[in-house]
Amino acid sequence: MNNPSRSVTILLALGVIALAVFPRFGESFYVDLVVRMMILGIFAMSLDLLIGFTGLISFGHAAFFGLSGYLLAISTPETGPVSIWLALPLCLLGSALAALVIGWFSVRTSGIYFIMITLAFAQMLFYFFNDNTALGGSDGLFIYFKPGVSVGGVTLLNLDNVNTLYYVVLASLIGAYALLRVILRSPFGRVIQGIRANEARTRALGFATFRYKLVSFVIAGTLAGFAGFLQGVHGGIMSPAYLGWHESGTVLMMVILGGIGTLYGAVLGAFAMVFLQDWFQELTEHWLLLMGGFVIAVVLFLPNGIAGLPHQIGALFTRRTARPPPERHGE
Amino acid sequence: MILMTFLIQLLNSVQYGFLLFLVASGLTLIFGIMGIINLAHGAFYMLGAYLVYWLTGITDNLLYAVLLGLPIMLAIGFFIERFAISFLYRRDHLYQVLLTYGLILVLNEVQKILWGTDYHSVPIPEILGGSLPLTENQVYPVYRLFISLVCLAVAAGLYVLIGRTRLGMMIRAGSVNREMVEALGINVRRLFTVLFSLGAALAGFAGMVDAPVSSVYPGMGDQILIVSFVVVVIGGIGSVKGAFIGAMLVGLADTFGEVLLPDVASVMVYATMTVVLIWRPRGLFGRA
Repeated sequence: MNNPSRSVTILLALGVIALAVFPRFGESFYVDLVVRMMILGIFAMSLDLLIGFTGLISFGHAAFFGLSGYLLAISTPETGPVSIWLALPLCLLGSALAALVIGWFSVRTSGIYFIMITLAFAQMLFYFFNDNTALGGSDGLFIYFKPGVSVGGVTLLNLDNVNTLYYVVLASLIGAYALLRVILRSPFGRVIQGIRANEARTRALGFATFRYKLVSFVIAGTLAGFAGFLQGVHGGIMSPAYLGWHESGTVLMMVILGGIGTLYGAVLGAFAMVFLQDWFQELTEHWLLLMGGFVIAVVLFLPNGIAGLPHQIGALFTRRTARPPPERHGE
Repeated sequence: MILMTFLIQLLNSVQYGFLLFLVASGLTLIFGIMGIINLAHGAFYMLGAYLVYWLTGITDNLLYAVLLGLPIMLAIGFFIERFAISFLYRRDHLYQVLLTYGLILVLNEVQKILWGTDYHSVPIPEILGGSLPLTENQVYPVYRLFISLVCLAVAAGLYVLIGRTRLGMMIRAGSVNREMVEALGINVRRLFTVLFSLGAALAGFAGMVDAPVSSVYPGMGDQILIVSFVVVVIGGIGSVKGAFIGAMLVGLADTFGEVLLPDVASVMVYATMTVVLIWRPRGLFGRA
């Protein structure tokens, strides 16, 4: 599962090309929509590192996403932009630190306890921001100015321009994917995948699995923070809803919808979810009903996500390839 | 005087704790025995509250409304177990979380379609409408005491059901070793259906008796769901006794947190859980 097959690689390359030329043809509304999809794609990939490769099901991953967005909002003054060289490191360090603390408590538990404790920590942060009137309470904070990207007084990028932002986010998406691939191919990546397959055996081989899981949690949290930073830049507002459990549930859904443990599946899932949300919202004001029904249908009929769909369709035609039984994570 | 304030807060904690216990006991049984993480459990609480709001509007009587509402809750639990949950018994927790998450979205939206997004109140029955004078200027509402007593009765009933009846024996055995119970010829599928419906009715009942004091509003299930999960995790998953102790602890932490440390009150509950989990990673009464 480590490296995608050749046909997948070709499809991914085509996808990147399509994304690269998209702003030339798409209306600005859709350019904006795709920016959101790509940001959530980075967010979903960071969660896939935990679920699909480390075997840790986090139900509080939005905590890092939202926390980072809040750090950007707090560091942006009301009178002008903050320098990206200050804001970005602050957001990344902040979410890394939060992930270190939360992870230190959480990764010693497993299974359902891990799901619940990550949820509880995320809720703690949610209420911290929700109840804190100095930080805007439940309305959140506006980010009036997008961070300035300049060196020695020369502006390198103008993030106010939607096309510039689009390409920055696209480059970030590709960079995040490449970074995760490198990490997964490294000895560290082998160990965390060993933990997912069989933690007891990995420990028996002499690896301090606690530390590996913690590092994986911190990497995932930091990357989620990076996505949260981009969300803050793009959306211009940060509210407690971004770290609530609905957000955590949505990103979990993206990973599963796309296909767990493939990375690109998480991105596909993010694209599909944002597209569906947008579409359902246009259809009816009760779009959550459709969304819920869709989620249920995916769980019941699409156990391996979109990325597993070709295989699933193939299995319909060949009798030999039975679908592998779904695995159970350790309880 | 300070003693009386303390007493009132203590009563409030216990009353909140009892309500949490009704929701959490179903949750912990469903997880401990069926192995299902049911995120939709809070939605059952909400449905119970809305049912009682709707039925008191028709019958003009809280008791009748509850008596009519309970069978409806049992039926809802039955259908959801049969047509959704029962497909998940052999699947990873991840998929259970997702499917029941989808159920929340559906149930919340159904509620909005049926009853709208306004806040509603349910009148407290006249006999229970009074207040007990504790000191010259401090009173305690009778209805809150009534909630505690009713919940205590239900908890006692649950204790007898689990500890003294044949069904309870199956439930206890099922929580220890599901395969063995199955091998002994007990219809585990049916046991699961009964258990899930019972859990739904318990959560719904909590929503019903709480409706007159908490008012009825959209999303009320989400709040209690998360807190109930904290209760279950503190108590140890699958342990009804743990759920009881956990519910009381959370009730105390929440109520006294609000009085003593109002700025960080909502964090108190989660902080309590974190402390317990550092001390005992599987909860107070969890099996290793």
